[in-house]
Amino acid sequence: MKTNGGAALIKALELEGVDVIFGLPGGAILPVYDPIIDSPIRHILVRHEQGAGHMAEGYAHATGRPGVAMVTSGPAATNIITPLADAYMDSVPMVVITGQVGTAGIGTDAFQEVDTVGITRSVTKHNELVTNAADIPRIVREAFHIATTGRPGPVLIDIPKDLVDPTNPNSALDWYWPDSVDLAGYKPRLDGDPALIKDAAQLIIAAERPVIYAGGGILKARAAESLLALAELLDIPVVTTLMARGAVPDDHPLCLGMPGMHGNYTAVTAMQESDLLIALGSRFDDRVTGKLDAFAANAKIIHVDIDPAELGKVRRPDVGITGDCRLVINELITALKQIGAPEVQPDRSSWKSTISGWQEKYPLSYVQSEPGDLLKPQYVLEQLRDNTPDDCIVASGVGQHQMWTAQYWKFNHPYTWINSGGLGTMGFAVPAAIGAKVGRPDRMVWAVDGDGCFQMTAQELVTAAAERIPVKIAILNNAYLGMVRQWQEMFYEERYSEVYLSPDLPDYKMWAEAMGCVGMRVEAPEDVLPAIQRANEVDDRPVVIDFRTDAREKVFPMVPAGKSNSDIVVGPEDVR
Amino acid sequence: MSPATRHHILSVLVENKPGVLARVSGLFARRGFNIFSLAVAPTDDPTRSRITIVVDVESAPLEQITKQLDKLINVLQIDELAPVDAVERELMIVTVTVSADSKPELLSLTEEYSGVVLDEGGDRITVSLGGTPEALDAFTARMGAAVVGYQRTGRIALPRIV
Repeated sequence: MKTNGGAALIKALELEGVDVIFGLPGGAILPVYDPIIDSPIRHILVRHEQGAGHMAEGYAHATGRPGVAMVTSGPAATNIITPLADAYMDSVPMVVITGQVGTAGIGTDAFQEVDTVGITRSVTKHNELVTNAADIPRIVREAFHIATTGRPGPVLIDIPKDLVDPTNPNSALDWYWPDSVDLAGYKPRLDGDPALIKDAAQLIIAAERPVIYAGGGILKARAAESLLALAELLDIPVVTTLMARGAVPDDHPLCLGMPGMHGNYTAVTAMQESDLLIALGSRFDDRVTGKLDAFAANAKIIHVDIDPAELGKVRRPDVGITGDCRLVINELITALKQIGAPEVQPDRSSWKSTISGWQEKYPLSYVQSEPGDLLKPQYVLEQLRDNTPDDCIVASGVGQHQMWTAQYWKFNHPYTWINSGGLGTMGFAVPAAIGAKVGRPDRMVWAVDGDGCFQMTAQELVTAAAERIPVKIAILNNAYLGMVRQWQEMFYEERYSEVYLSPDLPDYKMWAEAMGCVGMRVEAPEDVLPAIQRANEVDDRPVVIDFRTDAREKVFPMVPAGKSNSDIVVGPEDVR
Repeated sequence: MSPATRHHILSVLVENKPGVLARVSGLFARRGFNIFSLAVAPTDDPTRSRITIVVDVESAPLEQITKQLDKLINVLQIDELAPVDAVERELMIVTVTVSADSKPELLSLTEEYSGVVLDEGGDRITVSLGGTPEALDAFTARMGAAVVGYQRTGRIALPRIV
């Protein structure tokens, strides 16, 4: 069948099961936007290309399916680099299609030309500049394969305009659809090496103070059930990193919650004092380890990751297993049962009581505000947590509000927590929440955002209002770049430099209303719950609540940058 | 530690496509790895190229380099060649100034190293020389201050036949 590159691209996306594209048209990608009109694929017109990328990420986080964004060349391509980098750091499956100037124009500094594949090479799992229209079906097929298999990540396809323009002979091709993908240089290993799995099982049944260190790879591998089965079989506690919140239910007695720079005392200290860390889909990020040579110094390490480059990158494992977390955990369970687990394990009752002792002694805590004072952000989060469905999806930006949400929310379901962990992208929350709601319209979706973050991507609420995507945004408005303020207070002798934002410039309520949302402002504790309840009832447009919170409130516990996790600062009274 | 013992040779088979060398060299730059020398050309199979990279690292980062390289979709195979297990060659072109007195000495040295004279005129001679990197180093040292132009290809290597 004769066709053209533009029609072939859309047909290929349909065959990949794409149901929504987040995008914004422009010159070079124009010909592709014509066949979209006749396609069953929903297109969501964003207001800024960065929004398209983060929406695609939010969609992918919430559904497990690859998010798709499509934008034009030049400035549109550069605008979507931040989401690409974000998706690369957090292993989010995403396919981004960028328009490019016509083949003859490449390299001539043509209008809206940038070297998109050159610029995005280090922030994509793979990228490809299409040079023949006939390659389009194959390249699309390969892009989705690469994005979704192995360690997931973003793949970019850059397509010159002449190859998709039906009026240009360069766009002509005979339609085909590859049955399968065979890339000689890409063969991810999925199952674990049986000998190494046996070694790991032996280490586990010998350990006296083991901790499972569960990372985002658990969620990417859809391994939450397997992880719980492993933890329950062995009765071993689990910490869930920032990227793995919800991988084990927070309500589960074996879940210790979040480790790391702002992790809770028990999760941080259990890792520090353990004699075996079972790292599953985690990558020994600096925000988790603190000072590396002081991290879990007496622990042996089992490290399972689909990406062999993660094994030994930061901490050399005693047993390093390349493979898909779900498969390897299942294989590990079988191997453990074969050698008599759980009965053969040593008595760990003193380790368990040590841990529960820490939990009792060092719970998360804050002091409720005095009447007339600004709201405590933690209080707002508790109210939000307790007055939304258990499977509510929560997205956040980056900063204090993100850490408080990760700490105070009860994540009892996988894929309910969406944030920017590795790159730390301020402004992630609003578009990511929109993408999540598009992917999971059956779920309530809240974004918890900071006032600084909100100002970076708020315009996407226009998109959400226009498309009737009823996300809800809670701005914890403390009028500051709060996390920077916290560091300046603690480490720069309260010399506040360029962190004040003002609580009412802009007026968030009016801004929300101007964007077609319901806008509210809440200043008193007794008004928090009614506002949340009112927001929960709105299902035809976005809602923004401006919660006025206390700028003096800091995120604790905290392991100061560069310090050992043993130097954890539990609360303000503990600041030296 | 002598520089030679810190050198590792990576023989990287890649797809012969535009941008692949940029992916490889970009990865080295991005991850903070140093390239000591690099040679690249198509293999007997024109769809593939072989990149021979001499890297200057300790062994632990080397493992990280090969693992990261292996993640590139266009990289098909990576062989780490220990110098004792590999045959290595490099090509050099060098222009030197000569006098009537020193010219016979240069010509005999060139012959000793199996080099050939490519060009000469006035008080200058350009010779080409292929050999092990160490042999080229030794020849260069013998030329001393007479060298006025100097270009090497970077080494290429294949595993020894066992």
